[in-house]
Amino acid sequence: MKIRCIVNGKQTDLETAPDRRVVDLLREDLGLCGTKEACGSGECGACTILVDGESRLSCLMIAAQLEGKEIVTIEGFSKEHLHPIQEAFIVHGAVQCGFCTPGMVLAAADLLKRNPAPDRHEIRRAISGNLCRCTGYQKIVDAIESLARVEEESDE
Amino acid sequence: MSEVALPASLEEVYAIRKREPGAAVLAGGTDLLVRMRADGKKPPVLIGLERIPGLSGIAIQDGVVRIGPMVTHQNLLDSPVIRKHLAVMHEAAQVLGSPPVRHMGTIGGNICTASPAGDLLPALYVLDAEVEISSPAKKRVVPIATFITGPGRTILTGQEILTGIRIPVPDPGYQGFYRKVGQRRALAISIVSMAALLMVSPDKTVRSARFAWGSVGPVVMRFPDVESSFAGRTFGPALLADVGRQYSERIRPISDIRASASYRKMVAAGLPLKILEQ
Ligand SMILES: Cc1cc2nc3c(=O)[nH]c(=O)nc-3n(C[C@H](O)[C@H](O)[C@H](O)COP(=O)(O)OP(=O)(O)OC[C@H]3O[C@@H](n4cnc5c(N)ncnc54)[C@H](O)[C@@H]3O)c2cc1C
Ligand code: FES
Ligand code: FES
Repeated sequence: MKIRCIVNGKQTDLETAPDRRVVDLLREDLGLCGTKEACGSGECGACTILVDGESRLSCLMIAAQLEGKEIVTIEGFSKEHLHPIQEAFIVHGAVQCGFCTPGMVLAAADLLKRNPAPDRHEIRRAISGNLCRCTGYQKIVDAIESLARVEEESDE
Repeated sequence: MSEVALPASLEEVYAIRKREPGAAVLAGGTDLLVRMRADGKKPPVLIGLERIPGLSGIAIQDGVVRIGPMVTHQNLLDSPVIRKHLAVMHEAAQVLGSPPVRHMGTIGGNICTASPAGDLLPALYVLDAEVEISSPAKKRVVPIATFITGPGRTILTGQEILTGIRIPVPDPGYQGFYRKVGQRRALAISIVSMAALLMVSPDKTVRSARFAWGSVGPVVMRFPDVESSFAGRTFGPALLADVGRQYSERIRPISDIRASASYRKMVAAGLPLKILEQ
């Protein structure tokens, strides 16, 4: 089946089985291996992508659903320089093995779009679908919180 | 391999199902795609409902809130109508899954999955929701408690599709609550859940109380005789403890991988008191 969509800002024509999982399509057909798969059943958030700006799980989406959609993976999230969310993760030591990081960063992007000044409780809720086996979450929450403060100050 | 169709109208859905009786309906996919992978089975055709305009949207008219089956949990949370008139549903949607599951999963999928642990279901039961079922031949409207007949079972037959949810707006004097206990705070299937609608006068007299319980039986449970016994009593911790005690005695939960029956009874006994926690 032919599918037209925008992947990381580029108009893309895909030729694939209509029920191919989006995570496989991204990783194996398009070589976008920043999107990870761990559980394959919606529980871990490692496969998070943005579809029309909203976070979704690519392990629970099939190729046909992408027709006409705009998809952003971690590869397309930053342009020339790292995105401020990525910078904050580095500065705050929120990355250890890095397996959860693409999903965490995109979950944070979804949150900050909906709520530019979240508190720690709201941040925890927003990343509650993303598992991290390394960091203990505190540093991830710190990283996202640092951006919330910046937004708040720039509002005043 | 499954063929995938994303029709733009119900007529097309019916036509595909007529041609391919084994076709499966796909809403947000958060139950169906997990189940398909676990079972290793693929239907010949997946019919995605996501591009049918009439199946989304939340509207209020003549005292009834009508919700399209493709409304996502996030859509429920974002809706001022739900927050204002159906607070119990807003609270239930808040504790369902995780943000991406709420962005993808739909109310129609939650209802048709018919899990006794489905988080929107106790809210729908306590609100006396009705569902609208459509087929090429006719449309019928039935109470949610009639629609769901057992764990994973509904009265849908043949080409029928769930096409709407209708909820009478409760008297503004009611306050709605949803409380759930799972194995962890997020992404947890409930061990016991409870939806409540309470009408309490300024002098703390209970005028009306409705409770619906999830994960304590094959389907969501309400007991009208127990509900009616609370009217006239004084609202407070003592009453809520008694509510818990009465339901804990009445329910017949099962033991499963998440919890034992006796633990479920204990949790149920304490759940009404959680109404007092914000
Ligand atoms: C990680 C994870 C966590 C979860 N946590 C929770 C939770 O905390 N609480 C909870 O309640 N659920 C939870 N779920 C289950 C699921 O997300 C919800 O039940 C969701 O509402 C299902 O909706 P859906 O649109 O994804 O359904 P789908 O998977 O698309 O469909 C489910 C079933 O309903 C049928 N169906 C859907 N729409 C219609 C229709 N209009 N007419 C006829 N049949 C239809 C489908 O054919 C299928 O059999 C979780 C799922 C995952 C993966
Ligand atoms: S791989 Fe998709 S949620 Fe875990
Ligand atoms: S950094 Fe290793 S899983 Fe999060």
